[in-house]
Amino acid sequence: MPIIEVEHLVKRYGEVTAVNDVSFAVEPGELFAFLGPNGAGKTTTISILCTLLAPTSGATRVAGFDCLRQPTEVRARIGIIFQDPSLDERLTAWENLLFHAMIYHVPARERRDRIERVLAMVELSDWRHTIVKRFSGGMKRRLEIARGLLHQPTLLFLDEPTLGLDPQTRRRLWAFVARLRRESQITIFLTTHYLEEAEVCDRVAIMDHGRLVALDTPAALKARHATPAASLEDVFLHLTGHDIRDEGAMDDNPLKTVRRWNRFLR
Amino acid sequence: MMDLAAVQMIWLRDIIRFTRDRAQILGAVARPILWLLIMGVGLGASVPRVGNTPYLEFIFPGVIALNLIFASFLSAISIIWDREFGFLKEILVAPISRASIAVGKALSGTTVAVLHGAVVLAFALILRLPFTAAQIALALPVMALMAFVSTALGILIASRMTSFEGFGTIANFVIMPLFLLSGAVFPLDRVPPWLHRLARANPFTYGVDLLRGIFSGVMHYPIWMDLAVLAGCGALFVTLAVAAFKHME
Repeated sequence: MPIIEVEHLVKRYGEVTAVNDVSFAVEPGELFAFLGPNGAGKTTTISILCTLLAPTSGATRVAGFDCLRQPTEVRARIGIIFQDPSLDERLTAWENLLFHAMIYHVPARERRDRIERVLAMVELSDWRHTIVKRFSGGMKRRLEIARGLLHQPTLLFLDEPTLGLDPQTRRRLWAFVARLRRESQITIFLTTHYLEEAEVCDRVAIMDHGRLVALDTPAALKARHATPAASLEDVFLHLTGHDIRDEGAMDDNPLKTVRRWNRFLR
Repeated sequence: MMDLAAVQMIWLRDIIRFTRDRAQILGAVARPILWLLIMGVGLGASVPRVGNTPYLEFIFPGVIALNLIFASFLSAISIIWDREFGFLKEILVAPISRASIAVGKALSGTTVAVLHGAVVLAFALILRLPFTAAQIALALPVMALMAFVSTALGILIASRMTSFEGFGTIANFVIMPLFLLSGAVFPLDRVPPWLHRLARANPFTYGVDLLRGIFSGVMHYPIWMDLAVLAGCGALFVTLAVAAFKHME
């Protein structure tokens, strides 16, 4: 049985269709990447799968449970590392993890051991009693990953996990993902902008304008859409074009154009 | 469906954050200084008594109410910060009911607000107001009830707010009107009818009335009415707050 099943998923915001009739399935144990330009509908799809957003139509099931009708069952089985930070920066690393353990119903006598284990895993044990505000961006990301794994989910969502991280931290994070896959049966569903990161995934889905335009192994995608020696980036540009995307509708308001460029340059 | 671990987590987190927030603790001390020491002593020099009650003693329950309302709104408003800084998502995606999040928040806000109110009680000792331990013991549950009403109202407002223009807007348009219209700083028996009607619509009027009954033996409304209005408003606001939380995305 697939761990994620999406059938004819549609999400509309007024006039804008963010996700347009998307269907796919992810098998247990897969490392599955979601690629697409800004505003393609990746984060919207993840939010629906995480039960944070209700779809306009279509069915989504995670671990066999309906995301709309059995949200609590779905939530107990998934871990999420959001695109934007979601730690309480006024608490210590330990407190952030302890509170997570409490709301995920980790038994009280197991909490201490599990927290120590995930802290060691992301190499933050020496910082356990430091207020998170003092952490660097990379340390915060690692703590979020530790938190996402604390309740031992069967499925882990990583929404742009390496965005804004330096190459050292990015590499470390990938080594960590590889180890995690060796040591457990966990399924990982990630979105990314970095195409070289998608190369190592089992399968890659490419989304554009809310539609799924390709779904296959990186090798098969390259063989089909570009010359054999091509990179996944060539496939991506071939399928999605060279235009720079804005997340809203096209608009020639000069202020918006400035903002668009600011975002691009950042 | 109530989830004890979730209620406990929300409560504990807010208490820990409160103990680390020096600005908030400073505010809890600064407000009684302004309203008791300056307003109470200052106006008391010209208006020595309200009925048979010395002015400083008259304004005392009102200042307790002010600290309670201020602290509980500050606590409830933290929901908006949590949304801003992403932590709300961590809570909303957890396998817990939305109702337990709202209830946990209501209880933590109540606890913190009662602590703020207790700071005003300490001022009674400094100002040598003639209160007994029994009066203070009676006042505490009334304060908790008032704090609960005000926190639930704050959560209801916070869960409906999509943009945040700063705490000042809430202080000016919610907290100060509730405080000034509660009979906290002037008696309600000589005011024009329109002002009296506004005060009667304010649940904190009944809380201040109860506290004044406890500390000075002077009451405007029957005890049962005060208690019924506070309990009714508390139940209503917390129900609406839970409902608002359920529909939050």
